Amino acid sequence: MISVSTRFTSGADIDKFAKKLNSKGRKAAKTVRVCIGTGCAAKGSRRLYELFCEAAEQSDQDVRIEAKCVGCHGFCERGPIVVVEPGEILYQRVEEPDVAEIFRETVVGGRIVERLLYEDPVTGKKAKKADEIDFYKVQERIVLGNNGLIDPTTITDYIAEGGYTAFAKVLSSMTPEEVISQVEVAGLRGRGGGGFPTARKWRSCREAKGSPKYVICNGDEGDPGAFMDRSIMEGNPHSVIEGMLIGAYAIGSEQGYIYVRNEYPLAVEHLKMAISQAREFGLLGKNILGSSFSFDIRINRGGGAFVCGESTALMASLEGRTGEPRAKYIHTVESGLREKPTNLNNVETWANVPAIINRGGEWFAGIGTEKSKGTKVFSLVGKIVNTGLVEVPMGITLRQIIEEIGGGIRDGRSFKAVQTGGPSGGCIPAEHLDARVDFDELTKLGSMMGSGGMIVMDEDTCMVKVAKYFTEFLQKESCGKCTPCREGLAQMLYILDRITDGEGQVGDVERLEELAELLEGTALCALGKTAANPIISTIRYFRDEYDAHIKEKRCPAKECRGLFRYEIDSEACKACGICMKNCPVDAITGDKKVPHVINQEKCTLCGTCWEKCPFAAVLKV
Amino acid sequence: MAQDNTIIEQIVDRYDAEVGMLIPMMQDLQAECGYLPVDHLHLLAKRLELPLSRLYAVATFYSTFRLAPKGAHEVTLCMGTVCYLKGANVISEAISREFRVEPGGTTRDRLFSFQAVNCVGACALAPVMVVDGQYYDGVTPDSALEILHNLQPDEESTEATAKEAKRD
Repeated sequence: MISVSTRFTSGADIDKFAKKLNSKGRKAAKTVRVCIGTGCAAKGSRRLYELFCEAAEQSDQDVRIEAKCVGCHGFCERGPIVVVEPGEILYQRVEEPDVAEIFRETVVGGRIVERLLYEDPVTGKKAKKADEIDFYKVQERIVLGNNGLIDPTTITDYIAEGGYTAFAKVLSSMTPEEVISQVEVAGLRGRGGGGFPTARKWRSCREAKGSPKYVICNGDEGDPGAFMDRSIMEGNPHSVIEGMLIGAYAIGSEQGYIYVRNEYPLAVEHLKMAISQAREFGLLGKNILGSSFSFDIRINRGGGAFVCGESTALMASLEGRTGEPRAKYIHTVESGLREKPTNLNNVETWANVPAIINRGGEWFAGIGTEKSKGTKVFSLVGKIVNTGLVEVPMGITLRQIIEEIGGGIRDGRSFKAVQTGGPSGGCIPAEHLDARVDFDELTKLGSMMGSGGMIVMDEDTCMVKVAKYFTEFLQKESCGKCTPCREGLAQMLYILDRITDGEGQVGDVERLEELAELLEGTALCALGKTAANPIISTIRYFRDEYDAHIKEKRCPAKECRGLFRYEIDSEACKACGICMKNCPVDAITGDKKVPHVINQEKCTLCGTCWEKCPFAAVLKV
Repeated sequence: MAQDNTIIEQIVDRYDAEVGMLIPMMQDLQAECGYLPVDHLHLLAKRLELPLSRLYAVATFYSTFRLAPKGAHEVTLCMGTVCYLKGANVISEAISREFRVEPGGTTRDRLFSFQAVNCVGACALAPVMVVDGQYYDGVTPDSALEILHNLQPDEESTEATAKEAKRD
């Protein structure tokens, strides 16, 4: 917590303050870092933090011991995560009763508690530190580097790690054009999905006529299965603010907005704290660091509308209207929020900026592929062993991410597809797993980079149902302004419903393709234009599954109700009677010691027996 | 009525009567009352010199707004891709069947309001259900029903959630 009142009046003040924070007397000799990201917090990590605080207070050690809450480490699968310094000892799946032992053994005694270490499932080798774990080995953490290291609720932690020095450097020794050039050399492209060159956007906005100019941070992370931005806003809010400060200086803006999803209460809380502390320290407000540059930021909470992730809809929402997009023949950099020049970037894009300034555009451009530079954060989720947040250099293959970092598919099943790009993206099958993560390469495969959701699907996933899920999602979220999106999606969903209900007709796939083409060519905004991608990509790679549903009335993944049957394996059946008791239509017969049988005439395919059987004797055939 | 006016005045002042801040104002109003009462919307429209239709458009466009009182508890079921792959739709159906409540609605006895949201961004916990801010991971139809059957009808919790939301 901040104990001294500090207000910086020059860039040198920041350096001095950071030195003081890092001096021997001030720094705790031993630190326990507890992850309070949403994943770990849901598993009770806040209580762990309190217990460590109590233990540290009651400790009779000569040296100062500190317990700290930090942002997401990414390894959500193994939460709650606790890291003990010195030694960077990483404990996983920590529970309340473990606190005393960790404190006594590791913090005080410097010994390892073996049973709480991560154990490699294949080799059985225990890892003491994060970088000994496969999940972290292949990662390159620029944006997430400080997540898990700093306490997001206090600005001093960020400053101690070199925070706000990039902004001070910009303010004291760079012209706005030099700043934009650095970002251009870096080759930074928008992380929100489109991949538009950031420097070009900044320059257009800088050169646009009209004032005031606005900068916006798009934190309306709407793609289901994606939580990159949430973790950055929660775990390192100052990196976003510093990025925005640098951008505002380059563009010539005095007012910024951060638009955050309403479903992210912790992100809102941490951003609010960060903004008020930055104001207190003189890093936001009038005449920052004694210069003529003034800038402030306001937070707006979204209203739970997916379409507001689209830039013009987001701006309409910021103006207090319904979030309906408009056509973009006039660019928002010329006429955006309140018809003024407006520059909007995604959370992750902003968070990359301080590192580019500090380490130089060339350093950043040295990472990645020819046209996709730097790193990208993905939320690796679905039927995968290691669910979590990963940051990888561009150019890494999908296979490396899924197999090396993600540890492969859960429960010994086999891989079927990976979905990237959210509802606007597509499904990539096994034969393209060696494709590189790169804006253009993923687009070529019929998917897209998107904001970073990476959903892994196994053989038990029905691809028609996946297409239906996204279509249903988009149909609900379509704002209704333009006819192709409003009506087209409804019709496509109707056809998909028919197919998954076993009533598909020959020609349905062609009808879907025709509607998809229409939508792509005529919808007003990106939501509509890309809405058919999930359907088109599944038809492209999994046409056989569509055909099986339509022609054979069969769901190969055995997910679509009515397109497969339940049967009892007489050898696995222990005749316990549980299925019989639970069957709502008395379709199961049998007796003690007599394997049970399902009467297919009576069965309504509700799946209760399959769920309840303790011996996995009920099969889907 | 006088009290209603005070609430509106306070909220409007908080944002310097800026029409562009209509959504935050309505979020505050909802945090205060638990929903958007029609009388209050009338007052707010009048105060901002906006047609009521504009407020109604906003209230019905964004899924966060409610025009009817909410239940004592707030139940949010994540319908994100991962939760869906792991059976969230089955859980949603089970809740709807058991408590006769559709997503977006409130149970008849006002025990809880049930929302199905796009994604709470906690995919490692899928399927996820959030009850009054408490996250439950790896939920099944049975465990979800059990959690909901254990909810107590209680006035205080309604106030507590309203206060919580207000802090934002």
